[in-house]
Amino acid sequence: MKILVCISNVPDTTSKINFTEGDTQFDTNGVQFVINPNDEFGLTRAMWFKEKQGATVHVVNVGGAQTEPTIRKALAIGADEAIRVNAEPKDGFFVAQQLAEVVKNGEYDLIIAGRESIDYNGGMVPGILATLLDMNFVNTCISLEIDGDTATAVREIDGGKEKISTSLPLVIGGQKGLVEESDLRIPNMRGIMMARKKALNVVEPVDATQPTQDQKFEKPAAKGPVKLVDAGNVGELVELLHNEAKVI
Amino acid sequence: MSVLVYTESLKGKFKKNAFEVASYAHKVAQDLGTTVTAVSFNAEDDASLGTYGASKVLKVSDDSLTTFNAKAYAEVLAEAAKAEDAKVIILSSSADSKFLAPILAAKLTAGYVPNVVAAPESTSPFVVKRTAFSNKGFAMTEISSDIKIVGVSNNAFGVVENNVSASVEDFGPSLGDDAFAVKSVEVDRVVGKATIADADIVVSGGRGLKGPENWGMVEELADVLGAATACSKPVSDMGWRPHSEHVGQTGKPVASNLYIAIGISGAIQHLAGINASKVKVVINNDPEAPFFKAADYGIVGDAFEVVPELIEKLKEFKAQNA
Repeated sequence: MKILVCISNVPDTTSKINFTEGDTQFDTNGVQFVINPNDEFGLTRAMWFKEKQGATVHVVNVGGAQTEPTIRKALAIGADEAIRVNAEPKDGFFVAQQLAEVVKNGEYDLIIAGRESIDYNGGMVPGILATLLDMNFVNTCISLEIDGDTATAVREIDGGKEKISTSLPLVIGGQKGLVEESDLRIPNMRGIMMARKKALNVVEPVDATQPTQDQKFEKPAAKGPVKLVDAGNVGELVELLHNEAKVI
Repeated sequence: MSVLVYTESLKGKFKKNAFEVASYAHKVAQDLGTTVTAVSFNAEDDASLGTYGASKVLKVSDDSLTTFNAKAYAEVLAEAAKAEDAKVIILSSSADSKFLAPILAAKLTAGYVPNVVAAPESTSPFVVKRTAFSNKGFAMTEISSDIKIVGVSNNAFGVVENNVSASVEDFGPSLGDDAFAVKSVEVDRVVGKATIADADIVVSGGRGLKGPENWGMVEELADVLGAATACSKPVSDMGWRPHSEHVGQTGKPVASNLYIAIGISGAIQHLAGINASKVKVVINNDPEAPFFKAADYGIVGDAFEVVPELIEKLKEFKAQNA
């Protein structure tokens, strides 16, 4: 089985978000970048398939050279090879078209992406990719087993979960549950040394459409101070929620 | 060229988000000088969509579509878009809508923008406001493709009565086997309880509750309020509560009218996931907990004393306002 894990290079979850150039760009100044958490759960599941079922695992990222430390981290965790499509990820549709080209050239059986990236939250790359390639697709996937060409998955739905049966080739929009938080791997020194020797192939982008464009960003309005209610007067909270906030 | 809207239902009954997206579609249709066509799947009271602004309902009645199937539903919607010459398609931010929207976008080569929080800023060019950076920011996003797909955030626009009279037409495009290559085997859904996705009120517990055995009062508070229960990441990581209750950046997003956090300190990743909620209440014994900076109302105190007291006061309030 040949697996492609799509990783997005995103600001660390604790990052403060600021905008620059007249609020038209995300301000990367002082921001730490990491593997998108939803992608990391998928990458870790891919490692399981590698170790238990002999799968080959490649990772891919669409981005400039500045994303290479994040790609190297994925190699240090255990991916065999990496591909970087040398283009700024303009929007989800654009990225999916770039990934579709990589999949066609690499003949992958299973493509694992995160259900969404934690920066732009579009959540569309795996679904568009699957449809462009006419592959099966399961989103918000929290469990995945592969047996030959048969895939059994569980997806999270509003208010529960759904067990799904399908077949390879398959695209997954993954999230926590594919593996647990405690299964995530911190690269060790040997992994980091080996990652330096692994192939990181840079390919040029194909012509692609970009149907959406972020024109301007803004930060949420500053919040007023919290209204404190005395612990001995809980009834006042009920009053406030009813008369002032009007939510009960 | 009507505005097309996907209206979700469960066991024949429309979900609240169906009425919200129909309301939103009516606003967009007014701006564009056109009308709203809704697509429903095995729903019972199709004409009720008129109340919220649909002039026409394409009614799909098909036993093979009783259980949601993203690809099959997307094919039906793509056919409906062609039949109606729709240039704008509106859907919700539910797990199902977020599953099918990208498939539909690829089929129609349409620009798709999810997490939209308000009516379009303008329709020419077509610009919408959406959340980004996990609720730490907003983006004004232009969609420039011929067909545009908008995913509306839950509770962002609200349900608006527009009282249009809706005509109902049967709609039944034929679907190949290929549409069902991803099969639902079993659906395990909590019944009779509000879900985090569509609850007006969410009650959430954190590590401050000390152990899973103490969740009784969280559930009781949720019961009194008709709320869904949720939890912080550490609580789900420790196995005190199921993953499906984990809210935050890597868990479920919350966009309720009222969010009550009990014993949750308010890590930045947690706040990102719940920030879209309109009113936030925090109960915590640590006055330095970061949640107090993000909340509208707060009580500094022992949750084990405050929460039972709150339940009593709410019961009294309910009795008086029944």
